Amino acid sequence: MKNQILRKTKLAPQVYDFVVENPEIAKRAKPGQFIIVRIGEKGERIPLTIADIYENSFRMVVRAVGKTTYQLCMMNENDLLTDVVGPLGNPSEIEHFGNVMLVGGGVGIATLLPIAKELKRHQNKLFVVLGGRSKEYVIMLDEFQGLADELIVTTDDGSYGLKGVVTDGMDMLANKIKIDVAWAVGPTVMMKFCALKAKQLGLKLWVSLNPIMVDGTGMCGACRVTIDGQMKFACVDGPEFDGTKVDWEELLIRLAQYREEEQKSLKFFEESVGDLSWL
Amino acid sequence: MAVRPNPKKTLMPEQEPQERIKNFSEVALGYTEEQAVIESRRCLQCPAHPCVSGCPVGIDIPGFIREVKEGRFDKAARILKLYNNLPAVCGRVCPQEVQCEEKCVVGKIPGSEPVAIGRLERFVADWEAANVRDPRVEIAPSKGGKIAVVGSGPAGLTAAADLAKMGYSVDVFETLHKSGGVLVYGIPEFRLPKAIVEREVKYIESLSVRIHLNTPIGKAISVDELLQEYDAIFLGIGAGTPKFMKIEGTNLNGVYSANEFLTRVNLMKAYLFPSYDTPVKKGSQVVVVGGGNVAMDAARSALRLGAKQVKVIYRRTEQEMPARREEYLHAVEEGIQFMWLTQPIKYIGDEKGRVVGAECISMELGEPDESGRRKPIPIEDSRFIVEADMIIEAIGTDANRFLLSEFKGLSLNKYGYIIADSETGATKLRKVFAGGDIVTGAATVIEAMGAGKRAAYWIDKFLSGEYNPW
Repeated sequence: MKNQILRKTKLAPQVYDFVVENPEIAKRAKPGQFIIVRIGEKGERIPLTIADIYENSFRMVVRAVGKTTYQLCMMNENDLLTDVVGPLGNPSEIEHFGNVMLVGGGVGIATLLPIAKELKRHQNKLFVVLGGRSKEYVIMLDEFQGLADELIVTTDDGSYGLKGVVTDGMDMLANKIKIDVAWAVGPTVMMKFCALKAKQLGLKLWVSLNPIMVDGTGMCGACRVTIDGQMKFACVDGPEFDGTKVDWEELLIRLAQYREEEQKSLKFFEESVGDLSWL
Repeated sequence: MAVRPNPKKTLMPEQEPQERIKNFSEVALGYTEEQAVIESRRCLQCPAHPCVSGCPVGIDIPGFIREVKEGRFDKAARILKLYNNLPAVCGRVCPQEVQCEEKCVVGKIPGSEPVAIGRLERFVADWEAANVRDPRVEIAPSKGGKIAVVGSGPAGLTAAADLAKMGYSVDVFETLHKSGGVLVYGIPEFRLPKAIVEREVKYIESLSVRIHLNTPIGKAISVDELLQEYDAIFLGIGAGTPKFMKIEGTNLNGVYSANEFLTRVNLMKAYLFPSYDTPVKKGSQVVVVGGGNVAMDAARSALRLGAKQVKVIYRRTEQEMPARREEYLHAVEEGIQFMWLTQPIKYIGDEKGRVVGAECISMELGEPDESGRRKPIPIEDSRFIVEADMIIEAIGTDANRFLLSEFKGLSLNKYGYIIADSETGATKLRKVFAGGDIVTGAATVIEAMGAGKRAAYWIDKFLSGEYNPW
């Protein structure tokens, strides 16, 4: 049935991998696009990226950080999502570039996967850096191992791969290979540092921005970001932009806009469902 | 001897201002049967009935009022629905003072107010909803044509309903998770309860119109598929892109477009947060920029969310403001303050990126501009600061870029709106019609409905081979 969860897998603590039935999205979605999901009649609309596309379904990876994502991660196979709309935003601009660097962190790694597959289909060589707090947070490692011509993993605590951050991996790769274009998808702070590094290395770097959205179709302007001094709406002008042109400080401040309300909402939810640490 | 009609409209009960600013319930409470009958007697049933020409959908106004006068409310409702698929909505949000009521002969009598046509329309629609279980609707035998309507706002719903009544198979495609367009995301609950919109949408669905929610055309379904699948297409996608002043500080936290603020409050019911999941900031000192109905809606919503003070800043004066008089007076009654001849030139933020005020400049009125209104000109050295922890810009909207970027072959004007025949709605693209704000730019609900109605008429003519501009 449309919007039914066909499969749910745990990838890491608080990180779940879903396959959701939706023939229209499966038919139309391209790498880089996103969807908006709403759960229940009182639910909010949250943007999530599409991690893969199958026959009549698509894949999304969700990290539980707030009320809605916790609620989503508590849902089970066969459950129905109330609303799913998409594919939204512009697809990634993919062609044969040559050597492509891909940098992923957190659930941004999932966003990177369809981009990597499409780049591979266009005969690009992929040089991949994946990062996480520790080994268990570096998701989809096996899938990238099958795609990457070279793969570097960095962890904050050194529990796997290189002890360090993804920009260290960027340095390592750029020092030995001529990179033609790069993508970085992950937490906003990570993308900000990747953009700084790309500027240093003289690299063209695409980032996929995840500002707060409401409708996701260009109607509210909540997701406005400043790119090269111009106001852009991430939902219809993005979500991908040239990372070196993003006003990162502004984006980080805008992302924190509802922190207080987000905490209140999560607390309100916990009061009704109990402890959530098991997720 | 005929009794002279009462010179004043029969008053419609309203919630008291001090009470209503604490809730989101409807301000106006509607006529009782008795009040409606009394008001209907003010109608002269004049043979020229100029009121009808003032109505964009041409309702037989004297006809339905005559039935009210006789207490035959069900008959009155049937007359209304012949012309208007959303009477409960129109009775509430139409600017009757510049349409039917402006033309009313009773209103031309010195010292006399026109017949309260809008209030009567509202009464009849609500009476029917409360008293008639299955309103009888005549649907023509199936004509076999398939029509796609893109957008479920006032234009789309009207076109869909009329085409369904003519016997066509109609699919409506809506991007949001609820149908109604601006009726659900824009207009607040206290002016137009969402239950009423739902009721009207259900009625339209009862005509066998299929509404597909969460279905962005051009994204979930391609434009080519649509063109292949359907015999005619009506685009009623609205003018949904918010304009911003684009002055320094626009992206500070606490600065909203009216579209975002109202969508959060209306569509997502943020006023019920955290019971509903979507939050909205609750400003204490709120500044709303603009002088239209949307500015009034935003200001009055902010007040109801608990603001201590709400100021509307408008660059012209009370005389030029585009808001309906009734909305403005309601806002004044509720304690909204107005700063005329004032324009923000910069928003000021604190170290955490939150807005704390607006730097403004005083204006004076110069020569009339292309809109016919006197153009506001900044007065030098007149800068001052208005404190605010929340700013809502309600300065208008632009064409919806979302679908149009996918719809190649449509001709757009310099503002990005679709070029369409003003009578028939025919665009430059074969079998594609358009109407409402996406053609005219932001206008009123009833004008969009009028466009939807005319397009439905011409789509029928096109499909029966009597009209073909291509």
